[in-house]
Amino acid sequence: MMLLDGLAAVGALTIRAVRSFGRAGLFFFDLLLHIPAALRRFGLVVHQIHAIGNLSLLIILASGLAVGFVLALQMYYALVTYGATESLGLIVNLSLVRELGPVVTALLFAGRAGTSLTAEIGLMKAGEQLSAMEMMAVDPRSRVLAPRFIGGVISMPLLAILFSAIGILGAYVVGVLLIGLDSGNFWSLMQARVDVGRDVGNGVVKSFAFGVVCTAVALYQGHETEATPEGVAYATTRTVVVSSLSVLGLDFMLTALMFSTP
Amino acid sequence: MSKKGIEMMVGLFVLLGLAGALFLSLRAANLASFGEHKGYTVVAKFDNIGGLKPRAPVRSAGVTIGRVKSITLDAKTYLGLVTMEIDDDVRFPKDSSAKILTSGLLGDQYIGLEPGADEKELAAGDVIRQTQSAVVLENLIGQMIFNKAADAGETSSTEKK
Repeated sequence: MMLLDGLAAVGALTIRAVRSFGRAGLFFFDLLLHIPAALRRFGLVVHQIHAIGNLSLLIILASGLAVGFVLALQMYYALVTYGATESLGLIVNLSLVRELGPVVTALLFAGRAGTSLTAEIGLMKAGEQLSAMEMMAVDPRSRVLAPRFIGGVISMPLLAILFSAIGILGAYVVGVLLIGLDSGNFWSLMQARVDVGRDVGNGVVKSFAFGVVCTAVALYQGHETEATPEGVAYATTRTVVVSSLSVLGLDFMLTALMFSTP
Repeated sequence: MSKKGIEMMVGLFVLLGLAGALFLSLRAANLASFGEHKGYTVVAKFDNIGGLKPRAPVRSAGVTIGRVKSITLDAKTYLGLVTMEIDDDVRFPKDSSAKILTSGLLGDQYIGLEPGADEKELAAGDVIRQTQSAVVLENLIGQMIFNKAADAGETSSTEKK
């Protein structure tokens, strides 16, 4: 009997896991279907870009600058032993544009914007606001969820681009202004080796994919939350964990796809 | 905040993002030098291309004048077929020669073009006849060891006499 109970528990767990995947998939598909309706009321989307993008700008810029500073310092210490300090800008540029820009921005985005989305939707649900909307024949998916989704997807690549750009400027400040490397070498090696389509373009594609994942996860967790204070707290935590892990996993796959050929 | 204020802020945010994209592609990448690149293609055959890669620079007198477009193997002669694109405003004599060179001790490999004396100029699709392959370090070391061994054999045989 014990054995059978254990078996049943494992089975129930599997079924629950598969079902939650299915629910998330259906939710995402539903979200995509409601995008046109939300685009027709673009004012709502603009509002969300402000809430998601503009208000995340400060933390993204500050982090980008700090990452640029630190990256330039560390790379300088490593490169100076080989007498290759002129490639400092190139290395900082490539690592920011290809990897650090999209990934760190996505992690910060999940922490700054994702959690607020989850909490907002979760509290709306707890306060029965979503049901009230349905009662008034207003579809909360096209009025509440889809504008937030579009806002997140538009904001994320812009934030990642700004992160990389200010990181490179930070590296310029440390490398050229403080350490005293040659400014001409700093820029010309970048221009010679960094490809717009391959490096910058793929970085933007990455950040777009991360934007879709982070926003969709945040909205789903908010929508599925239990309508209690603990439920909202739990959903917020799960947003950060799930979106961070999926960003890191997705990043590995995208890197393998994009940069596998030299 | 009023609706106008929010729209203003979002507009600024989007413009800032576009300015960042412009900075990344013009200042910190190769878009500026990418567009004006219009040239004619020339083919060269090499016994060994070494570590040459597509998009490697083509230089003459150290000045970059083009890029390697593609590298394939000629199925009949088993030679490396290097297609390169040279800027339109640079014309070379027909009997110019191409070498695969290395920038610095550990640097990337590039193609060095040396102008010949022919009065006709290389046109699109022409083949550069005179080529010099990349130096493969292993072959060089092998040759050196072989020479050393040959020298040692000679001296020991003279000692015996």
